[in-house]
Amino acid sequence: MDQQQYQQIEDQITPPTPYFKNVIKAFLVGGLICTIGHAITYFYIIFFDFTETTVGNPTAATMVFIAMILTGLGLYRKLGQFAGAGSAVPVTGFSNAVVSAAIEHKTEGLVLGVGGNIFKLAGSVIVFGVASAFFVALIKLILVTMGVVEW
Amino acid sequence: MIFIDFLLAFVIGGLICVIGQLLMDVGKLTPAHTLSTLVVAGSILAGLGWYQPLIDLAGAGATIPITSFGNALTTGAIAEAEKHGWVGVLTGMFEVTSSGISAAIVFGFIAALIFKPKGKVN
Amino acid sequence: MVIIFKTKPSIIACGAVAGPLEKKSVFYSYFDSVVEDERWNQKTNEQGHAMMIQEACNIIMKKANITNNLDIDFFLSGDLVNQMTPTNFAARELAVSFIGMFSACATSVSSAIVASLLTELGASKYAIAGSSSQHNSIERQFRYPVDYGGQKPETAQWTVTAAGYALIGKHDPKLPSIVAGTIGKVVDYGEVNPFHMGGAMAPAAFDTISSHLKKRNQKITDYDLIMTGDLGKIGLKILKAMFAQTGAKQEELDIFRDAGAEFYGEDKSFQSGASGAGCSASVYYSYIEQQLKTGRYKRVLLCATGALLSPLSFQQGQSIPCTAHAIEITME
Repeated sequence: MDQQQYQQIEDQITPPTPYFKNVIKAFLVGGLICTIGHAITYFYIIFFDFTETTVGNPTAATMVFIAMILTGLGLYRKLGQFAGAGSAVPVTGFSNAVVSAAIEHKTEGLVLGVGGNIFKLAGSVIVFGVASAFFVALIKLILVTMGVVEW
Repeated sequence: MIFIDFLLAFVIGGLICVIGQLLMDVGKLTPAHTLSTLVVAGSILAGLGWYQPLIDLAGAGATIPITSFGNALTTGAIAEAEKHGWVGVLTGMFEVTSSGISAAIVFGFIAALIFKPKGKVN
Repeated sequence: MVIIFKTKPSIIACGAVAGPLEKKSVFYSYFDSVVEDERWNQKTNEQGHAMMIQEACNIIMKKANITNNLDIDFFLSGDLVNQMTPTNFAARELAVSFIGMFSACATSVSSAIVASLLTELGASKYAIAGSSSQHNSIERQFRYPVDYGGQKPETAQWTVTAAGYALIGKHDPKLPSIVAGTIGKVVDYGEVNPFHMGGAMAPAAFDTISSHLKKRNQKITDYDLIMTGDLGKIGLKILKAMFAQTGAKQEELDIFRDAGAEFYGEDKSFQSGASGAGCSASVYYSYIEQQLKTGRYKRVLLCATGALLSPLSFQQGQSIPCTAHAIEITME
């Protein structure tokens, strides 16, 4: 049996990825997390003196805090298995990646373990966020200097 | 009216997650690749000036997904570039931060002090 | 390559221990002991992992009435953690001649083959062979932190917390005896998905089982049971389909079973089933040994499968090389 024949057998038997089911679950859970976030923005606008432009920070921090608790209790992992990108894409998923790595590496100490590994999973997001921001700003500056676009 | 407001947050937030799910399932990307792609997408949308209208429309539906992280950084960098020109592109990188990152660091550290890894399936 | 053991070394005693989650296992009642704490009341996962290995060895020595460590001639064992530190640390406590063995999850059998060879040579009276895995320490090395919310596909498998060890010694007609073994090749059919180990390992199992049968001039039906290690539910189906394509009939295919596929029963939260170096080891060296002893099985082929990948090889885009080793055990 060669590799191609095997590939056929394997593809036949391996259950297909449930694309539709996964998309629906990601939509519902992702939407729900954003709706909770939306409710939190209203909370900060109504009860504290935040405006629509400044409310982003406390909202994100609150969501990150909630995700920390869920991660520590082992619940975010179950949510992730159910929701896939629905719980990974919101900022709570970023929090889960950071917090789970921090808890995991506690046994290697606070400096080498927690400090050294806290961005093991989420680090690439920061790297690509900052790097892409730099390049986008640079390109925009060049285009403005050339007179192609305005600020 | 408030119902429409929440509905928009739900639908737009959900749709961004759907894009992430498709990147994972159809594009066969790992979660790290997926999130990095979305962040870069957020940066580009911010550069085109299209992300702010999305936030105006959907509120948390656009600020909670990780794409908003790219938007926040890029908007900050562009604002600095507008003020200080070439130097601003560089200094902008030191000025801009995201509350999500700082919060995750602080809470991650606290969590490490409090919790133990679970590893239980049910 | 098939090795025939003329002196038929016997499995004198077995020790299988498991973690708290493994109470859900269908093989639970066959295990010698189950610990409530995943970390075996140690500070770190890796220390707990080492304790688990020690406990399995202590159980074996108790069962075989061996009071002094030094009566054990060889300790042949391995696990999946980097540099196999849990096994090395357990070997430090055991303080007997030791070689660390690595065939990933196929170590349960490769170590038994080497132990049988040493026994056949007359170099060993008592040799302990086996392997183990601990969920938390393996997951965090190969995949993600255990509390990370990643979505696993249906083909994924759950690394067990378990250890299985066998004491191998001179032939005893009242005990299960190892009559032949096959050391497998490394087979790679290009699977790159680390969440589809069954699909990666099935060709290796196919290769090893077919060459064992061919060299031994046997049919599938000469066996009461052919049990693979941790192909999982989907991997087992693939293996059966491969044999079906070479002309095996349904009653022959029914002889095939997989320890990983059955380990957690039908519980969907474990996806395709169990995996890990402790999976095949804890089933072979508890359930299978006891079934042989009671005479339910007269001749079995145990074919443990191992995926020889590392987090580095995966990140560098390499496919997953796999191996499988088999031992033929008979009961007179």
